[in-house]
Amino acid sequence: MTTVFGVPLPAILGQLMLGLVNGSFYALLSLGLAVIFGLLGVVNFAHGAFYMLGAFAAYVGLQMLGINYWWALLLAPLAVGLLGVLIERLFLRHLYQVEPVYGLLLTFGIALIAEGIMHSLFGSSGKSYPVPALLQGGFNLGFMVLPIYRAWVVLASVTVCGMTWFLIERTRLGAMLRAATENARLVQAFGINVPLMVMCTYGAGVALAALAGVLAAPVIQVSPLMGSSLVIVVFAVVVIGGMGSIVGAIVSGLVLGLIEGLTKVVYPEASNIVVFIIMAVVLIWRPAGLFGKEQ
Amino acid sequence: MTRKSKFVALGALLGLYASSQASAAADQVVIGDIDDMSSVYADVIGQGGIEAINMAITDFGGTVLGKKVTVLSVDHQNKPDIGASKFREWADQNGLTLVLGGSNTGVSIAMSKVAAAKKVPFIAIGAGGASLTGVDCTAYTIHYAYDTTALGNGTASAIVSQGGKTWFFVTADYAFGTQLQEAATKVVLANGGKVLGAVRAPLGTTDYSSFLLQAQASGAQVLGLSNAGTDFSNSLKAANEFGITKTMKPAALLTFLSDIHALTLQTAQGLYLTTSWYWDLNDQTRAFAKRFFAKMNRQPTENQAAYYSATMQYLNAVKVVGSTDSDKVMAQLKKTKINDFFAKDGSIRADGLMVHTMYVMQVKTPAESKYPWDYYKVIKTMTAEEADGSQPDQTCPMVKK
Amino acid sequence: MRAQIAVYAVLTALALAAPFLGLYPVFLMKLLCFAMFACAFNLLLGYTKMLSFGHAAYFGASAYVTGWLTTVHGWGTVEGILGGVAVSMLLGLVIGAIAVRRQGIYFAMITLALAQVVYFICLQAQFTGGENGLQGIPRGSLLGVIGLGNDRIMYYFVLAVFVGVFVFIRRIVHSPFGQVLKAIRANEPRAISLGYKVDRYKLTAFVLSASLAGLAGSLKALVLGFATLSDVSQTTSGEVILMTLLGGSGTFLGPVIGANVVVTLQEYLSDIVGAWVSVIIGAIFVVCVMIFRRGFVGEIERRFARRAA
Repeated sequence: MTTVFGVPLPAILGQLMLGLVNGSFYALLSLGLAVIFGLLGVVNFAHGAFYMLGAFAAYVGLQMLGINYWWALLLAPLAVGLLGVLIERLFLRHLYQVEPVYGLLLTFGIALIAEGIMHSLFGSSGKSYPVPALLQGGFNLGFMVLPIYRAWVVLASVTVCGMTWFLIERTRLGAMLRAATENARLVQAFGINVPLMVMCTYGAGVALAALAGVLAAPVIQVSPLMGSSLVIVVFAVVVIGGMGSIVGAIVSGLVLGLIEGLTKVVYPEASNIVVFIIMAVVLIWRPAGLFGKEQ
Repeated sequence: MTRKSKFVALGALLGLYASSQASAAADQVVIGDIDDMSSVYADVIGQGGIEAINMAITDFGGTVLGKKVTVLSVDHQNKPDIGASKFREWADQNGLTLVLGGSNTGVSIAMSKVAAAKKVPFIAIGAGGASLTGVDCTAYTIHYAYDTTALGNGTASAIVSQGGKTWFFVTADYAFGTQLQEAATKVVLANGGKVLGAVRAPLGTTDYSSFLLQAQASGAQVLGLSNAGTDFSNSLKAANEFGITKTMKPAALLTFLSDIHALTLQTAQGLYLTTSWYWDLNDQTRAFAKRFFAKMNRQPTENQAAYYSATMQYLNAVKVVGSTDSDKVMAQLKKTKINDFFAKDGSIRADGLMVHTMYVMQVKTPAESKYPWDYYKVIKTMTAEEADGSQPDQTCPMVKK
Repeated sequence: MRAQIAVYAVLTALALAAPFLGLYPVFLMKLLCFAMFACAFNLLLGYTKMLSFGHAAYFGASAYVTGWLTTVHGWGTVEGILGGVAVSMLLGLVIGAIAVRRQGIYFAMITLALAQVVYFICLQAQFTGGENGLQGIPRGSLLGVIGLGNDRIMYYFVLAVFVGVFVFIRRIVHSPFGQVLKAIRANEPRAISLGYKVDRYKLTAFVLSASLAGLAGSLKALVLGFATLSDVSQTTSGEVILMTLLGGSGTFLGPVIGANVVVTLQEYLSDIVGAWVSVIIGAIFVVCVMIFRRGFVGEIERRFARRAA
C-alpha cells in the first residue's frame, strides 16, 4: 500500500476530499467577509454570529413554520441579510468617518449581543437539524463513503462563490461597487446612490454568511456558539488571501481546507491553529496577502 | 466639575460594592450551588440542579437544627476564576456550610482547593476527573455520582464481553478526554481486547469527519467516543452521516440524557453508555422524575438526581451530628451507607469518592421507544466494586497505604 | 493641576482605607490587577493608537509562568513575579517584532492570530495543566520577611505595585520617549521623515505594554491562587479592550475606572443573569463605540476643558 507521510493513500485521499468540503465552507464564509471588507472597509467581526443566525433561522423555520430546507436556503439568508441591512443603516453608517477600529469593535459588540440572546433563548447544547431527504445517503468512492449532502455543499458553495465573483468582477453593478470603494464621492456625483449600494452590499455579505449557516445546519449541531470559534479562522483565511480580494478569499478558503485536512491526519492536535501559523508566515513574507494589493 | 464628578463616580462604585457585601448568616445553614448555568453543561444540571436542591430542602422540612436552610447559586460559566472566587467569597462573607456543583473538572479542582483552605465540604457532581479523589483529593471533597474510572469500567467491559474486541478511540484533546480513554483502554486490554488506534481531536472541533474516517480505516469493531457535550454530539452525528455506525459499534464514554434528547433517537440509537442513574429504572426513580418533570418540563439527568441525593445526605448528616462543623459532618458522611432513589449500596470512600451501583445502557431504537424520554434499556448492572474497584485511589495523599 | 492632585489624593486615601471599610479584599485585589492590565493596554491603544487584539497572551502567559515557578520550582514570590514578567516581555518582543511592521487592521489581526498560537501552546503544554489550569499557587512572602497569606497584607502589596505601575506609565507618557510616540500617533509619515526610527519606538511601547500586562497577570495568579486558560483567552483580550474603551483610552484614570466597572458588573451580574452577561457587555460595547467613544473619563475631561476654555 502506498503511503504518504506514513499514512495510507486511500486515507489521504479521504482526508483531502473532506478538506475540500470544509474548504468550500471556508470559501463561502470568507467570501462574505472579503466582500464587506473589500467594498466597505469594515472588519465584520459579527460574521460568525450571522452564520449562526442563518443556521438558527433554518432551524426555527423548520420547527415553527414548517419551512423545509430548500426554502430555508433562500429565506434564511434573506431574513438575516435584512437584519444586516438594518445594522448598517442604524449603526455602521455613522462610523465610516472615524477610524476603522471602531467598526471592528461595533461588530464585535453586535456579535456578543446576538450570541448572548440566542444563548438565553436556546441554551447551549445545540439543536439537531435533519439532512433533507433528497440528499441522504452516500457515494461509495472506493476509498471512503462520501455523504451526498457533503458533495452538495461543495457544489452549492462553489456555485455561489463563482456567481458572486462574476457579479463583482464582470458586471456593471460590480464595477460600480468597486468604483465606489475607491472614490465614493465621484461615483455619487454620477448620480449613483452610494449609501444604498453600501447598505445592500453589507446585507449581501451577511446573507452569504447566513447561507453558509443553512448549509452547515444538517452537518453540525446548531448552537449559539457555533460561529464564534469559526470567525477567527475565517478572518485568518481572508487575511491570507488578501483582505480586499474576492478571488483570494475563495482560493485561500479551499486551499486552507485542504491543508487543515492533511494536518488532521499528520498532527491532529494542531489542526485548529495551522491556519494562524500560515497567516503569520504570509503576513511576514507578503503583507498584503497572496492576492491582495498593497494599500 | 472634574473633581466633583469623579467623586460622584467613585462614591457610586463604593456604594455598589458595599451594598453587595451580604452579611454572614449565623442563624442559617447556607448551601452554595456553583455550577454551569448557561454553557455546555447547563442542560445536564444547570437550573435543574437548583430545583433539585430546593426539592430536597422542602422534603427535609426546610430547617435543620432549628436553622433555616438557604441556597445561594452562581453561574461559574466554566471559569475556574469565578468558581473558586465565589466559593471563597461565600465562605468568608456568607457563612457557607456546603458547596455542590462543579461540572467542569478544571473548575472542580480549583474549588476543591478552596474547600480545603476554607474547610467547607464540597460535593463535586458532574465533573468526571478521577484525580478529584486521586492526586487532587482533599479531606473536604466528595466526588458524587460517577467518575472516569467507573465510566471506563462500565461501557468498555460491557462491550468487550459482547464481542467488541477491537477498539478505536476518538478522544477530545484535554485532560478529561485522555483520562477517559486511559480508563477504557485499561479495561479493554484486561478483558482480552485490543486498541487499534486513537486520534486526538482539539476540544471544540465541530467537524469530526476526518477523525472518523481514520477510525473507519482502522477496521476496529468499536468506535470509542472519549469526549462529552457538543464534541460528543457532533462526532456521533458525523459517524451516522458517514455510515460508520453501520460498521462500528458506537460507545459513548460520557453522555447524558439531555445529550440523547438533543440528538434524537434517530441519531443515537444503538449507542452504549454508562450512567449512575436513569429516571425510568423503578417506581422510586419515576416518582422523583414525575415531580421534577412537573417543574422543569424535562426528565432529570443523573446529575440532577445526584444533587437531590447529596443535599438530603448532607442535611441528614448535620442532623445526626448536631452541628454544621465540617470535620464532624465529613466524618459522618463517610460513615453512612447511602440507599435512596439515586444510589443503591452507596458509600463514600476514604479518598472521597462516592461509590455505588452503576448501569450500562444501550440507547433504544425509535421503534423500541414507547413514550417521550423512553431512551435507555439496561444492559448490565455493576456493583460499586465492579465500577470503581475495591480499594481507594492510591494516588490520593490522604489514603493510608 | 490642583484639581488633579486633589483627585489623586482622595483616591489614594480611599484605596488605603478600603479594607477597613468592610470591602472584600480579594475582590479589590482582582480589581487592581485588572486595572493594571487595562492601564498597560492603554499605553498601546491610547497613546500609540495600536489595537492589540490578543493582549491576554501576555497577561496569561506571565500568570502561568509565575504559578509554575512558585509551585513546581519553589521560587520565592518576588522572583516568581520577575520570572513571569520576563517571559511576557520576551513574548511581547517576539510578537511585537512581527506585528509592528503592519498597521491598523493588519496589526490587530496579527496580534490576534499569534495570541491564538499562545493559547494553543498553553493548552498543549504539560506544565499548564491544560483545561484544568495551574492550581494551588501559594502567596508566599515578600522577600521572605512579610507573609502574604493574609488578605489585607497582600492587598497593600498589590496596591503598592499598582501605584508604582501607574506612576511609571505617567512618566513614560510625559517623557521625551512619550512625546515621540505622540508624534507618531499624530502623523507617522512625518515622524519618519524627521528621522525617527518609528518601528523601534512602536516596538518598545509594545514590549513595555506586554511586560506590564504580564506583571498584572502574575499578581492575579498569586492573589487568586491559580492560572487558567481563560487568562489567555480571546474573551479576556476582548474584556480589556472594553475596559479601556469604556473608561476612556488616552487618559490615565480611564482604564482604571473602566476595569472597575467591567469587573464589578461581571461579578454581580453573573449572580443574577447568567447568559445575559454577554448581551449586556455587547450592548455596552455598542453604546461606547456609537456615542461614548471617549469613555467616562474622556467625557469628563472634555467637559472640564470646555469650561476652562
